[in-house]
Amino acid sequence: MNTPRTPWLLSSPALILYLVFMIAPIGSIFLISFFEYNFQGGMRATYTFKNYIEILTDGYFYEIYARTFGVAFLVTLACVLIGTGEAYVLSRMTNPWKGLFLMVVLGPLLISVVVRTLGWALLFGSTGLISQGLMAMGFTSAPVSLMYTNTGVIIALTHVMVPFMVIAVWAALQRINPSTEAAALSLGASQFTVIRRVIVPQITPGILSGAIMVFALSASAFATPSIIGGRRLKNVPSAAYDEFLNTMNWPLGAALAMLLLIAMLIVLIAANKLIERRYGAVFD
Amino acid sequence: MSYLVLDGLTKQYGSIMAVDDLHLEIKKGEFVSLLGPSGCGKTTTLQMIAGFVDPTKGSIVLDGKDLLRIPANKRGLGIVFQNYALFPHMTAAQNVAFGLEMLKVCKDELSSRVKETLSLVGLSHLADRFPARMSGGQQQRVALARALAIRPSILLLDEPLSNLDAKLREEMQLELRSIQRLVGTTTILVTHDQSEAMALSDRVVVMNQGRIEQIAEPYIAYEKPETEFVSGFLGKANSFIMGVRIEGGNVFGQIGEKKFPLRDTKLSAGKVIIRPEKISFCLQESAILSGKMKSRVFQGNHWLCQVETTLGGVTVIQQNDGKEIAPEGSEVHLNWKPEDMRSLNA
Repeated sequence: MNTPRTPWLLSSPALILYLVFMIAPIGSIFLISFFEYNFQGGMRATYTFKNYIEILTDGYFYEIYARTFGVAFLVTLACVLIGTGEAYVLSRMTNPWKGLFLMVVLGPLLISVVVRTLGWALLFGSTGLISQGLMAMGFTSAPVSLMYTNTGVIIALTHVMVPFMVIAVWAALQRINPSTEAAALSLGASQFTVIRRVIVPQITPGILSGAIMVFALSASAFATPSIIGGRRLKNVPSAAYDEFLNTMNWPLGAALAMLLLIAMLIVLIAANKLIERRYGAVFD
Repeated sequence: MSYLVLDGLTKQYGSIMAVDDLHLEIKKGEFVSLLGPSGCGKTTTLQMIAGFVDPTKGSIVLDGKDLLRIPANKRGLGIVFQNYALFPHMTAAQNVAFGLEMLKVCKDELSSRVKETLSLVGLSHLADRFPARMSGGQQQRVALARALAIRPSILLLDEPLSNLDAKLREEMQLELRSIQRLVGTTTILVTHDQSEAMALSDRVVVMNQGRIEQIAEPYIAYEKPETEFVSGFLGKANSFIMGVRIEGGNVFGQIGEKKFPLRDTKLSAGKVIIRPEKISFCLQESAILSGKMKSRVFQGNHWLCQVETTLGGVTVIQQNDGKEIAPEGSEVHLNWKPEDMRSLNA
């Protein structure tokens, strides 16, 4: 029974699932990205770099990629700041508050992305609550709209991404030996120093893995950027969507998606290498 | 003069008295153990001294200063935690240096004190290693070095050896004692291990249910326990009810059927205890108690015997001096010197 083939046999159901539903679609997208497209004749199965060259030489696509990664980076930054603090405060709460607030934090994940985003759209509009509130408090005289702005996209994305950050940091906080805090105090550290020199370094791997997750999810988010950002502030996923379903230029859409995937892989692998090099010796 | 004075120290959690009106005076340089079963209040006492728990009542005075008015991070005490609580993201040397950095010790002095302290605990060669790559004993030493590096006014040890295996624990006991002698820091050890407390300390404070049962030197506490709890917690003890009668001007004690002269012993009628190692096997004529050998367990340097008598089970420890021991099931006779017994204050 315990032959070298046993592990393969045991993991084959998962492997087959992975192959059929993940590798195969991505593989076909990869193939299609090399196909040729013309408006009259549609798609032709050839082998050309035309689509990639078009993307890499057109400033229009540069802007879309820059917007996608810029927004993803700012969302990640906001999530690191908010999520880390939130997780730390949560971990110091006592029951029943701890459970209650954990539910509140994870709440955004329980609501459909479209409902949640349309909710933000109601708040963001020029007649929305935010605009009316700012006018009532006298910060502005004219209505303010966050619809179709990068700021709006960042706020709405941060709202849904923070839970992922909180979960990652929360897990790291649970692994901390609470006595290390007491030890640092007894050695003369102030509460702030304890957080800065003892807590944060210990949860840094958690923060980094949360950041990777948030970055990847934000860069590939579709619904929120396309509803709040609209057609003018497209990101890569919504541009690819448009190429596929509006222009019917599948090869160009596939090339857009492949370039996003490659860029994401580079970011993920680089971040992982960094964590391993920095913390390999610390956490076995 | 006393260096650390705990006076009327009390900690109440709801209706539970974790520590109940504790009085304790510790001299400078002394090594004192708080000994007791779990839940006896020893750890709570330590945490009140450390400043992690606020007492309900009472005072803690260190060298004339009221400690309760000083926050935990300004008390300057060295603490070694049960699970070491090393900073996992720092090397051994960085762990030791942490407290010195908090004291804003200048760079040259810092590195020389880190080196000095690490060599004191015999870890100079592991200065740059992370805790995850060290054995339990080595982590224990780093924790000790980290606490000692700040030259604390008091060293608090919270069950520091309980996570080590038996052999390593004995080694660390000897080493802990010699390091403490060398640096002369006043030390308070919290432990539930009576042999550890006796091996290490100048005085043992035996605690039970938040109260002090006895404060004494280890030898005295073992030989002259004041309460039944102490006698049972420090080693093994057999207890009997002894009657006293006077016949012809001589005082006799009586256990079961047997009478024996008490002479100058300070024994009084009531509960008495006798340590198992003070009992010996003898011939029938001189026996105080007789019974049947129920079990005998060989433990290398001694035999641990259970004898079933008319007054209940009696534990006897017999040194392994090469002589044959009565087999299980055979009739045996026990005898001991009346002066080896202790009366307990009921």
